Amino acid sequence: MTVIEARGLRKSFGTTVALDGINLRVEEGRILGLIGPNGAGKTTALNAILGLTPYQGELRVLGLDPWTDRDRLMCDVSFIADVAVLPRWIKVTQALDYVAGVHPRFDRAKAEAFLARTSIRLTSRVRELSKGMVTQLHLALVMAIDARLLVLDEPTLGLDILYRKQFYDSLLNDYYDRSRTIILTTHQVEEIQHVLTDVMFINRGRIAFACSMEEFESRYVELTVNPERLAAARALRPIQERQIFGRSILLFDLQPGGVDRPQLIALGEVRTPGIADLFVAILGDKPGDGPRNQATSVQGATL
Amino acid sequence: MNTQSDSVESPLQSTEGTPAHISPAQRMYWSVRRELWESRSIYIAPLAAAALFLLGFLISMIHMPEKVHAAMALDPMQQQEFIQRPFNFAALLIMGATFLVSIFYCLDALHGERRDRSILFWKSLPVSDLTTVLAKASIPLFLLPVVTFAITVAMQCIMLLIGAAAVVGSGVNAATLWSQLGLFQMWLMLFFHLLAIHGLWYAPFYGWLLLVSGWARRAALLWASLPLFAIGIVEKIAFNTSHFSALLGYRFGGPDSGPSPSPGSMSMGYLTPLTVEKFLISPGLWIGLAVTAAFLAAAVRLRRCQAPI
Repeated sequence: MTVIEARGLRKSFGTTVALDGINLRVEEGRILGLIGPNGAGKTTALNAILGLTPYQGELRVLGLDPWTDRDRLMCDVSFIADVAVLPRWIKVTQALDYVAGVHPRFDRAKAEAFLARTSIRLTSRVRELSKGMVTQLHLALVMAIDARLLVLDEPTLGLDILYRKQFYDSLLNDYYDRSRTIILTTHQVEEIQHVLTDVMFINRGRIAFACSMEEFESRYVELTVNPERLAAARALRPIQERQIFGRSILLFDLQPGGVDRPQLIALGEVRTPGIADLFVAILGDKPGDGPRNQATSVQGATL
Repeated sequence: MNTQSDSVESPLQSTEGTPAHISPAQRMYWSVRRELWESRSIYIAPLAAAALFLLGFLISMIHMPEKVHAAMALDPMQQQEFIQRPFNFAALLIMGATFLVSIFYCLDALHGERRDRSILFWKSLPVSDLTTVLAKASIPLFLLPVVTFAITVAMQCIMLLIGAAAVVGSGVNAATLWSQLGLFQMWLMLFFHLLAIHGLWYAPFYGWLLLVSGWARRAALLWASLPLFAIGIVEKIAFNTSHFSALLGYRFGGPDSGPSPSPGSMSMGYLTPLTVEKFLISPGLWIGLAVTAAFLAAAVRLRRCQAPI
């Protein structure tokens, strides 16, 4: 079933257009990564989905209009806005008490079990916890809610690599099952590549690119070639090229009827590119060249 | 992957409706508790004022026996006045403390959660903006008057014990003390005064402060007070009248202060024998409550739309 459906979603702040007609459809069980530069409209899109901001256009989340039905929607949706939103004065036990008191789907025992695996003491106040521990606490609260949609907006911002890894491991191992849907944004794109089932690039309020990770893996190829074969590789029209340690790395989009994988394997080492590399290729700041045209050709694609 | 959705369809449908095992009253209860966790000054400030007063009272007991002897020579009216004075003063002190707490609580109530961005956490839970704003409004409207009453009563009981001990030591009849005080009558009037005046009559002030705290990005106190002065001044210059400041004075002075402001009536207000009936039928009360409702409705709307600061 469809968890999120948006048609022509628009939002502007004064003269600044934050969302410029987004069409989006997210099915149940997907883990969608929303990737985009700062100010691209990611947070605005998430805020619209969470009923935190009014919008124009059509938007349904779990069949509800998020703006008019936010409190009802929040029984089935949880979100972590970013790391620093737990009130600093609250005690861990108070946070558990409160969420248990107001949320019909909160499993307190589950949250406590998760906390027991961390070094967070139940009597601590949030202000006494480190940034990583605050995120763990928030994650413990959110994971104990039996929600159908979880929205994470930069959940690991400012955390060190160990906490980040632990965060996504917990999310996948202890929380995610295929009846749940997760949308997340982050700038640490490489770290979540293996987590995602779908990826979407958003730029200047528009969806610049969207595909499933399966499609991503079969469609995009990164070829590392030695200088002597570079000319032959370039002739196959890569969508992006960069240099590392004197070797060239070319990114190819394997469109039907175009270049195919065996051709590339013959030229050098072939592997799946990182999302970040494709992101740069599609949203790179060279206006008017190949990669940008590529971006417009897949615009509006749905998941 | 999409085939998965078939297997989970049935449990989803069973929970499709509102899984409301949690009643609105429960959500309200937890929202009020949250306010008490966050703003501990609600009870700490009046308790601290009470402790300080009791300390002073205890010290003053050193000279109590002589004073009592001197007081015995006075006529009964003056005698009663003498005995009641510290008790009245104690009640006024706690009232003043909690009134200040109300003002600062309201100014911070909808501002603080936007400032520290915790509003995003609160809004991630299924609690409506209406519930949250009503929970916050209930603190000055109901909870603080009750806290004031409880602390005052406890404090006056302790004062009575201290006073009785002091006069027993001096050989003066302790029964005089008790009979002159008329504490039960005093408590009844205090309770009514707190709920009626500090809760309901002042409600528009609290509503206004909550609205400003939900709207202002900074300096909520200035935004709450300056427009009131500005309106008064503009009215004075433009029409050479002072209806607006008279209105504020009337509101602040209590329903008995009449259309003209009479400073000081608030401070002695709780001794005025207001009847419940007279109060309940006064149009001032209902106009005030309507204005409060409008302010709170605006505050709910603001909370719904506003992003963290």
